[in-house]
Amino acid sequence: MVELKAQTPCAGLLPMTIGSVTVVEADLGVLTSLSPVGDGKDFAAALKAAHGLGAPKPGRATGRDGQRCLWFARSEVLLAGPVPDKTLEAHAAVVDQSDGWACVTLSGAGAVDVLARLVPVDFRESIFKRGHTARTLVQHMSASITRTGADTFLILVFRSMAGTLVHELKVAMEAVASRG
Amino acid sequence: MRIECPICGSRERREFYYQGADGMIARPDPDAGGEVWHAYLHLRDNPAGETRDLWYHEGGCGAWIVVTRNTVTHEVLGTRLASDAREAAS
Ligand SMILES: [Zn+2]
Repeated sequence: MVELKAQTPCAGLLPMTIGSVTVVEADLGVLTSLSPVGDGKDFAAALKAAHGLGAPKPGRATGRDGQRCLWFARSEVLLAGPVPDKTLEAHAAVVDQSDGWACVTLSGAGAVDVLARLVPVDFRESIFKRGHTARTLVQHMSASITRTGADTFLILVFRSMAGTLVHELKVAMEAVASRG
Repeated sequence: MRIECPICGSRERREFYYQGADGMIARPDPDAGGEVWHAYLHLRDNPAGETRDLWYHEGGCGAWIVVTRNTVTHEVLGTRLASDAREAAS
């Protein structure tokens, strides 16, 4: 019998600390793409009833560690954590993407400076607050970036890009650290 | 250059893919005739001044956007979702 062992997307690559910034792999649980049908009102009510989560508006995330809903694209949100309740299926296209994303948490003083070297979005706290999220690019990689704390960001890229993401973060973190 | 995505807000040009003239939205009827289809597929204005293009927010929310801009001054004058523009036209 062959015994297959599941590996996380960033296995062997993380954690990594350089200077005051740390990257760790984030286990978000089940990841589900939800694309509401119609005007989304019934979906929002169903999401609230089933998981106690608000349906996020563009650029926003709801919930907390272990149970989040990220705005994820035009007419699409990502449920991160719980197994999606069956009742959602009447109001949205429900697609399991659990194995599709590499998820990391970037944290520490200087995390914003690291992102500033990689992403064409202003992540300063006065502009991009806790609970704000963006679909954007990390260099050439499509990404989802959410501020979950004062110096903490959740970054998702396609699983196949895990190694590239860690490499890009490493280069930027070294550059930020070298400036002292 | 920055483009105002109606969903994401002001974003840098590198997040967008350029498709071409916004005339592609107004697809003719299948039986509109050869001349009409020829014009739709191949004939483009090349204005010095205001023009409207389709851009795709590829590195963002995935929306198609109609961008009104000036080819002489490079000013971006306005943006709207392509789906809204198509509904307004029909
Ligand atoms: Zn957008």
